[in-house]
Amino acid sequence: MIIVNEKMCDLCGTCVAVCPVDCIELTEFDLIINDETCINCDACVKICPFAALTSEISEV
Amino acid sequence: MKKHYNIAIVGGGPAGTTAARFATSQGASVVVLEKDREIGVPVRCAEGISEEGLTKFVDIDPKWIAAKITDFGFVSPSGKMIVFHSPSIGYILHRRLFDHSLAELASDMGAEIYTKAYVHGIKRNGTKTTLYLRHIGVETEIEADIVIAADGVESRIAHLAGIKTKLLLKDIEPCAQMQLANIEVNPNRGDFYLSNNWAPGGYVWAFPKGEHTANVGLGINGRYAGNKSALEYLKDFVAEKFPSASVLTTTAGGVPVAKVVDDLVVDGLMVIGDAAHQVNPLTGGGISTAMAAGKMAGLVAAAAVNDQDFSAKRLSDYQKQWDKTIGKDIKRLYRLKEWAINLTDSDYEDIAQSLDGLSPEEVTLIKIFKQAVKKKPSLVIDVLKVFAGF
Repeated sequence: MIIVNEKMCDLCGTCVAVCPVDCIELTEFDLIINDETCINCDACVKICPFAALTSEISEV
Repeated sequence: MKKHYNIAIVGGGPAGTTAARFATSQGASVVVLEKDREIGVPVRCAEGISEEGLTKFVDIDPKWIAAKITDFGFVSPSGKMIVFHSPSIGYILHRRLFDHSLAELASDMGAEIYTKAYVHGIKRNGTKTTLYLRHIGVETEIEADIVIAADGVESRIAHLAGIKTKLLLKDIEPCAQMQLANIEVNPNRGDFYLSNNWAPGGYVWAFPKGEHTANVGLGINGRYAGNKSALEYLKDFVAEKFPSASVLTTTAGGVPVAKVVDDLVVDGLMVIGDAAHQVNPLTGGGISTAMAAGKMAGLVAAAAVNDQDFSAKRLSDYQKQWDKTIGKDIKRLYRLKEWAINLTDSDYEDIAQSLDGLSPEEVTLIKIFKQAVKKKPSLVIDVLKVFAGF
C-alpha cells in the first residue's frame, strides 16, 4: 500500500495524473489513496516532486 | 449557487475563466467551480508568457507584470552562458493577480465563480449532466447542459467522463520551484540551465520577478524520476548557484509534456488546458495555450447552448479548431521533446561551443536548434516550422 506523508505533500496532483487505475483523489484539503484498487505500480511514488509518497509491502 | 447552468466549468485557472468569459459573452449562464480557497493560489507556475500569447486574449494590466523579458540565457553544464536577444518580448507574471483579473473579467460578463467548490462526481442523465460537489464542506449538486473540465494536470473530471487523460511517466515533468530573494539576477533576462546533473530530461529556469528576486525551479523527465525528487534536485541547484538566497515560496507541480488528449469532447463535456495536456511539450509553457483552448471551447459551448445540441458531434467544432491551429504545432513540439529528453551533457556542451563568440543579436532560436538537431536531421523541418513559421 502507498503511505502519504501529509507533512511533505504539497497537494499538487502530479500523482493523480500518472495513476493508471485512478485510485488517488486530490480534494480541496487532502490526498486520498484507495488501497482496494491500488495495484502497487509505484508510479505515484516515483513521480512525486517532494517524495511525499512511500510504498509499503502489505502483509498477506 | 443555482441548481442549473448552461455551462459548468470545473477549475478556475486561466483555461476555465477564459472559457467562462467567452461563453458568457454569448449569453450562456455559466458557473466556475474552483476547489481551492482562492483563485490563482497556490501558484504552481514559472509565470513566463510571450507578449503575443498574452495580448491575443486579454489587454495587459501593468499590475500583473513582474518583469519584462528581452533576452534569454542558456547555461551549459560547464557554466558557459549563451545569451540571445529575443525577437519578441516576454513577461514574467504575478500569476495570482493575473488569475484574479481573468476571473474578474469573466465575472463582469456575468459568470458566477465559487471557491472551495470541489467537484468529486459526474453523471450523465439524458441530455444533462449532474455534478456532485462539496462547497465549503457542504455536499450539493448542480445540473448543466455542458461541463467544461479545466481541472488541471490531475483532471479527474475528464477521466471520469471517459477521456484518456492519464499520463505515462515520460510524458510528465515533476517540478519544484522556489521564489528566491537576495540574489543577483538580470531583471530582463530569463535563464535556462541545461544539464542532466541539474535536471535530467528537463531544465532549470531562473525567471526574474524584479531586481533581486526570481522564480527558480526545475522539471525532470518522469522517466528519470524515482531516485531523487525534483525538490532534492532543486535544493542542490540552489545551494550551488544561489547559496545565500532567501526562499519566499516553495511549491511542487506536474507539467504534462505529452500529446494532447485524443478526444477533446464527449457528449456534454469538453476538456481544456493542462487537463487536456494543452501545453508546449518542449518548454512546458501552458498559459497561452490554456487561454486559446478556453476561448475556443467557451465560444463553441455557447453556440451549442443556443442550438440546444450538447452532443459530441456539435462540440467537436472546438476539436476541429484546435487541431487546425495550435494542435499542429504541439505535435511537432512533441517530436522535438521526445528527442530533447535524450540529450547528454556533452551534446549541450557541443551546442554551446558552436555558438560561442556570437553576439546576442546573432544567436537565434533557429540557430540553437539547428545546431542541436544536427545528429537528427529529420527534426530540422519541425524546428523550421515551429520557430520560423514555414
